[in-house]
Amino acid sequence: MKPTVAIIDFGAGNLMSISKALEHLGTNVVVTKDEAVIQTADAAVLPGVGAFFDAMQEIEHLKDIIRGLGDKPLLGVCLGLQLLFSESEEGGRNPGLDILGGRITRFQGDVKVPHMGWNTVENTGGSQLLSGIEDKSYFYFVHSYYAIPEDDSIVAGRTEYGVRFPSIVEKDNIYATQFHPEKSGNVGLKLLENYVEIVKETM
Amino acid sequence: MLTKRIIPCLDVKDGRVVKGVHFVNLRDAGDPVELSRAYNEQGADELVFLDISASPRGHETTLEIVSKTAAEVFIPLTVGGGIRSTEDMKKVLKAGADKVGVNTAAVKDPELIRLGAEKFGTQCIVCAIDAKAVFEERSDRFMVDTPRGRCWYEVYIYGGRTGTGVDAVEWGRRVEELGAGEILLTSMDADGTKDGFDLAMTDVFSRETNIPIIASGGAGDKDDFYNVFNQTGCDAALAASVFHYKEYTVGDIKDFLGKKGVAVRI
Repeated sequence: MKPTVAIIDFGAGNLMSISKALEHLGTNVVVTKDEAVIQTADAAVLPGVGAFFDAMQEIEHLKDIIRGLGDKPLLGVCLGLQLLFSESEEGGRNPGLDILGGRITRFQGDVKVPHMGWNTVENTGGSQLLSGIEDKSYFYFVHSYYAIPEDDSIVAGRTEYGVRFPSIVEKDNIYATQFHPEKSGNVGLKLLENYVEIVKETM
Repeated sequence: MLTKRIIPCLDVKDGRVVKGVHFVNLRDAGDPVELSRAYNEQGADELVFLDISASPRGHETTLEIVSKTAAEVFIPLTVGGGIRSTEDMKKVLKAGADKVGVNTAAVKDPELIRLGAEKFGTQCIVCAIDAKAVFEERSDRFMVDTPRGRCWYEVYIYGGRTGTGVDAVEWGRRVEELGAGEILLTSMDADGTKDGFDLAMTDVFSRETNIPIIASGGAGDKDDFYNVFNQTGCDAALAASVFHYKEYTVGDIKDFLGKKGVAVRI
């Protein structure tokens, strides 16, 4: 049976690419902010466009649902990765979903912000999302903030941009990328395919 | 390591890709969805669609093309041309674009950039700046020494047809403050010449702003791409004709750059 993936809609930006990419990989996609729809889906995606505070406002009522997905795989993309952490410095100091311990901070120093373009991801060991993908492949990034996790063992991939920041985190049912796999050509599709495989295994 | 990007630009008019010099003498250059697919396969890092349709129907057609492209080409897509409001931005993003290009409307009302950035994020807003060198000494302008002489750069609008008197470097700094995530910098002097990118202008923009700069205008040869990456701090290079008329593939350019030590995604 085709897995159903709920893409959580917080009303900002382009959800078309991630939807089309997941459909392309043989899933049923629903774009929604309805609690019941998310609960009945096989997996959920927290997509990645917009500002931290606005996004948190939009998904405040879904906090418990997102935290209580059990073993259903949750994929966070870009801002969707950042929302999983305890708090962000974007727009002051704002609390996040606090599923993962740590904070979100802005790039400092001698680099252009946003970090925009194709950069390599180093598999720091055992990444399920990177399974079958050549190490240090290129993925597409667009972001000004990055995560500093409390527990480094959740980091599955790292990228260098002035600092070596976590570009993939994986823990229990949580899978998240700071880059946009849906914008990263064939390599990105392969990563999403790995995610869909993980979803199928939990069904 | 963050790579330098190669971006094919498709000028789209009433559903077809067209190419001319300074938007005149337009020639048909093919089907936009087909070209997008081909550029993706060649290794393009992003695509830019510039809608130069004059009619509402033409704009609708462009949105349909954006949707079709976004459904099968999974690399970033910027759409510009005729964007006057956040409503226009929303339409383009909803159709499947990842970024929106603004130009004339932003010069006339800079708030458009701030509103767009607040609503959709800075990463979404690409400010296109068309600029031309003016060789006169002015104390109230950002003066630049170039191989062609000392000049300042003037912002042009309406597809490069109308000078505004606005200092382009000052405008570049301002759009960064307003929340633009990127500057698409076209040299009106170099555009259509195939004599190479405007290195002096590209260099000054990459030093005076702290957001990514896409160099545009003048690409004719592989060396032009190397020179703009080697001699300026730009982040990406955009070209149209060299790719449309198959003088080089994106892959040819990237192989060449890679061999010369420029970081590219191959």
